[in-house]
Amino acid sequence: MATKAASPNVADVTAGHKTSPRTIALMIIGLALILVAPFLIYPVFVMKVLCFALFAAAFNLLLGYVGLLSFGHAAFFGGAAYITAYAIKAWGYPPELAILLGTAFAALMGLVFGYVAIKRQGIYFAMITMALAQMFFFFCLQAPFTGGEDGIQGVPRGKLFGFIDLSNSLNMYYFVAAVFVIGFLFIWRVVHSPFGSILKAIRENEQRAISLGYRVSRYKLGAFVISASLAGLAGSVKAIVFQLASLTDVGFQMSGEVVLMTLLGGIGTLMGPVVGAVLVVSLENYLATSSLPVPVVIGSIFVVCVLLFRRGIVGEFNAWMDRKRG
Amino acid sequence: MPAGELKMTMPTNQNTGAPASGGAAGGSVVLSAKGLTKEFKGFVAVKDVDLSVREGSIHALIGPNGAGKTTCFNLLTKFLQPTRGVITYRGQDITGLAPAEISRLGVVRSFQISAVFPSLSVLENVRIALQRPGQLATQFWKPETALSVLNDRAAALIRSVGLDAFINHTAGELPYGRKRALELAATLALEPDVMLLDEPMAGMAHEDIGHIADLIRQAAQGRTVIMVEHNLHVVEDLCDAVTVLQRGEILAEGDYQTVSQDPRVREAYMGSEHD
Ligand SMILES: Nc1ncnc2c1ncn2[C@@H]1O[C@H](COP(=O)(O)OP(=O)(O)OP(=O)(O)O)[C@@H](O)[C@H]1O
Ligand SMILES: [Mg+2]
Repeated sequence: MATKAASPNVADVTAGHKTSPRTIALMIIGLALILVAPFLIYPVFVMKVLCFALFAAAFNLLLGYVGLLSFGHAAFFGGAAYITAYAIKAWGYPPELAILLGTAFAALMGLVFGYVAIKRQGIYFAMITMALAQMFFFFCLQAPFTGGEDGIQGVPRGKLFGFIDLSNSLNMYYFVAAVFVIGFLFIWRVVHSPFGSILKAIRENEQRAISLGYRVSRYKLGAFVISASLAGLAGSVKAIVFQLASLTDVGFQMSGEVVLMTLLGGIGTLMGPVVGAVLVVSLENYLATSSLPVPVVIGSIFVVCVLLFRRGIVGEFNAWMDRKRG
Repeated sequence: MPAGELKMTMPTNQNTGAPASGGAAGGSVVLSAKGLTKEFKGFVAVKDVDLSVREGSIHALIGPNGAGKTTCFNLLTKFLQPTRGVITYRGQDITGLAPAEISRLGVVRSFQISAVFPSLSVLENVRIALQRPGQLATQFWKPETALSVLNDRAAALIRSVGLDAFINHTAGELPYGRKRALELAATLALEPDVMLLDEPMAGMAHEDIGHIADLIRQAAQGRTVIMVEHNLHVVEDLCDAVTVLQRGEILAEGDYQTVSQDPRVREAYMGSEHD
């Protein structure tokens, strides 16, 4: 056993974990784009992209970093949208409070869903989350306060903190942008936190994590609740942007759409869900004005993506960069 | 593991005296099993096993392939639910506990197939183990650099298993023997009271075996070790007590001398391994 080899200084050890310059560069570019976007593109479109990007990033926290495929994330997104819309419209809540309430509701729902589903593996986990979300969908369809098929419409945007008028579209935009950036950085922090390192360990070797004494279900549940809360935050903000909460937000298609965005962009990459959201939302916007059937086109893209770029766009790009560096 | 790997050369003339770390006979029972049984859809993998592991001893669990050794480990650490039987740790009935809870009590196992976190570095692997006892496992709001307070302790553990030159290497890229050493370092990080090692030396080169044996002897200071081991020279050298399993049942029990001279044990080994 050659123990004479120069032992590296422990202090440099963490250096390997500094954020790579590429990531920092990407983040700065991303931030700059977000800041100038409303002057180049229709703001409502960018806001929609940002809401869905946050939603997908929240979903990816669960799929990409814990390895749990939820097919019921629309319940958190849409549930929070309903609560926020209702709190503003019926109770006259200010937007920040209504968003907080919607997010808290999503967190609570995440706790319940997660508690029921977390011990199941693979497809059973997906099925249970889907079943629970469908139950919630029918609840929303029947419950009087959701407005049934019409949803809750004409939600006033109100004044943020009492003085920022969100009916001004630039104010609204920068608020959404701020929520997105904070949410995104929060996810990034969770992934690269002491908690995140345990999540990673569980994903790599769950049995070993258990044998080291980790109660893995609790960690998974924790991640599930964080993911649900952020999905809720995205839904709440979306309800204010579009002044609408409807059955579409809690529907099965919405759950599927977030899976698609994440797959398309790249599971387990930080930027993947954002790229996926940009693509899917743009495509839907474009297709809405064309005569092509939206589900067929989206479905075909899904198939092609799964067959050709299994790692998603960002995943393939990263792999290509790594190969180039050798 | 292929059956041929069991190189059985039962030494007949024993004159080496007592096993390495003696004094175990006097220790009280730390971990015990009574009537431990595991059935897999009618197939009985472990049958009515009574086991008493004494404090401070190195206790070997040996037997031919498929004898039920790993299953026993899985039962003792609750990775499998026994069909029947009671497991007791320091007087406490732990039969109903979840595996993570058993580990938290201080009964920590390793796996037959080396278990590391492959994409993490050697340092991170050990830190994962160190994170749990501290409060550094649930903090999702802190940066990863908060973990660097564990670096010194992790490095000391890594040094103790001779991996200091590999501290920044990715665990998955280490050669097999070094993965096992890393696994041992991570297990030791928990300061377990009882360590269960499933074939810690399987698939290792000859020179590594001596090294790991030294590590285990060292690690066994002040704790109890139960190990599955096919290499009987290692068992003879290292272990105070031996339990022989065959087809899920205990065939013989005692110190190495007694067990190795037991005609049934000799037959069980010679019968299948004679060459
Ligand atoms: N989950 C399971 N389902 C069904 N049968 C199993 C299961 N686990 C183990 N067995 C069977 O139980 C028997 C004992 O297996 P076990 O792994 O405990 O043997 P072992 O003594 O550890 O053998 P080896 O020396 O090869 O590691 C084997 O016949 C095995 O096929
Ligand atoms: Mg085995």
